[in-house]
Amino acid sequence: MALDKNGIARRIAQELRDGWYVNLGIGIPTLVANYIPEGIEVEFQSENGILGMGPFPFDGEEDADLINAGKQTITARQGAVFFDSSTSFAMIRGQHVQLTVLGAMEVAQNGDIANWKIPGKMVKGMGGAMDLVASADNIIVAMMHTNRAGESKLLKSCSLPLTGVQCVSKIVTNLAVVEIRDNKFHLLERAPGVSVEEIKAATEGELVVPDHVPEMKL
Amino acid sequence: MNKVVNNVEQALQGLEDNMTLMLGGFGLCGIPENSIAQMVTMGVKGLTCISNNAGVDDFGLGLLLQNRQIKKMISSYVGENDEFERQMLSGELEVDLIPQGSLAERCRAGGAGIPAFYTPAGFGTEVAEGKEVRVYNGKPHILEEALTADFAIVKAWKGDTEGNLIYKGTARNFNPMMAMAGKITIAEVEELVPAGELDPNFIHTPGIFVQRIFQGDKFEKRIEQRTVQPKQ
Repeated sequence: MALDKNGIARRIAQELRDGWYVNLGIGIPTLVANYIPEGIEVEFQSENGILGMGPFPFDGEEDADLINAGKQTITARQGAVFFDSSTSFAMIRGQHVQLTVLGAMEVAQNGDIANWKIPGKMVKGMGGAMDLVASADNIIVAMMHTNRAGESKLLKSCSLPLTGVQCVSKIVTNLAVVEIRDNKFHLLERAPGVSVEEIKAATEGELVVPDHVPEMKL
Repeated sequence: MNKVVNNVEQALQGLEDNMTLMLGGFGLCGIPENSIAQMVTMGVKGLTCISNNAGVDDFGLGLLLQNRQIKKMISSYVGENDEFERQMLSGELEVDLIPQGSLAERCRAGGAGIPAFYTPAGFGTEVAEGKEVRVYNGKPHILEEALTADFAIVKAWKGDTEGNLIYKGTARNFNPMMAMAGKITIAEVEELVPAGELDPNFIHTPGIFVQRIFQGDKFEKRIEQRTVQPKQ
């Protein structure tokens, strides 16, 4: 069965390593914080100016001066620190953050990503996404494999305005874990009960499929 | 040097039509809400506003948008504002969207006397169109120019009579860089204290960057996305 949003987040959480600073984007990526594997320590950076982001506050304890990049009220963990936007992006551009997880509308087989604009229809802006994808070495995209119209979001080349070029290293969708290498998608894992054929059918770009594709262990 | 003005009216004296302004804040967090309300009262028009976001329909910069007081927005993310999106898609409002880190650094550069800098953000995208590209360490970067403003309007938690500022939590965001980049920088603070009361070790914005400071009458500090978990 295809994964839901929490399933995608749970699988991405397996990519976390002890001692990493991690930036989680809005949407599915935010959920990754709920599934940190036991025995490891990671710190979450939010680009509006906090390192050491904690869980949502208890009802009645929310603070207007303490939010994440999605403008949600949050808490600060012990040892947390606040900083200005310039310092925040120095952490990001300067590659002091080890992992970036963000959503996308399209990803191309060369690693291009589009997630900020649909010309004439939707213009929300790129926020910090362009800085993040231009700088980070390790970028995982969390998204559904197809859009609402059922069309593949893993493409030969992006049709929407780009957020960054040749930057995505891995994609975790409701159907599969896919790595980007040598300008191709490489199928690493499939969601429990999802067949290779289903994944192929939902992938427009060139997909390299090894003889054996293991199921995700969740 | 005493930077104190008596009220928001005095603070915004000289702010006129067609000026370029910087306004601190991320979403509705850390925005100079008293000054924005005063600008609605003043009715200044044709403004170019440099601000990470554009408020929501009925608060923050959204109030100025509703009144058509803004000619151009320079921002990174404008998602939570229907009126903004409508004015932009219809062409009534000029919009320059900039990657958030580049926006922050362009303000900082403006205040720091650095006319331009290279950044990897935006290479290969619309943002890079018409900009000089240079390769450093094997990676292409684009040239981004500094931003300055006629007035920078920032919001701090505490300030003293010398204009020294301390911000709280994530309300700091763009405020310190914008404070540096205004020809005239106005700070509205929740609490104004005599010089000497703030520990010099913990001041975020030195008063040299601030020309006018006042204590805001009232801070609504609206929360955009109240997200809580139930108490156990």
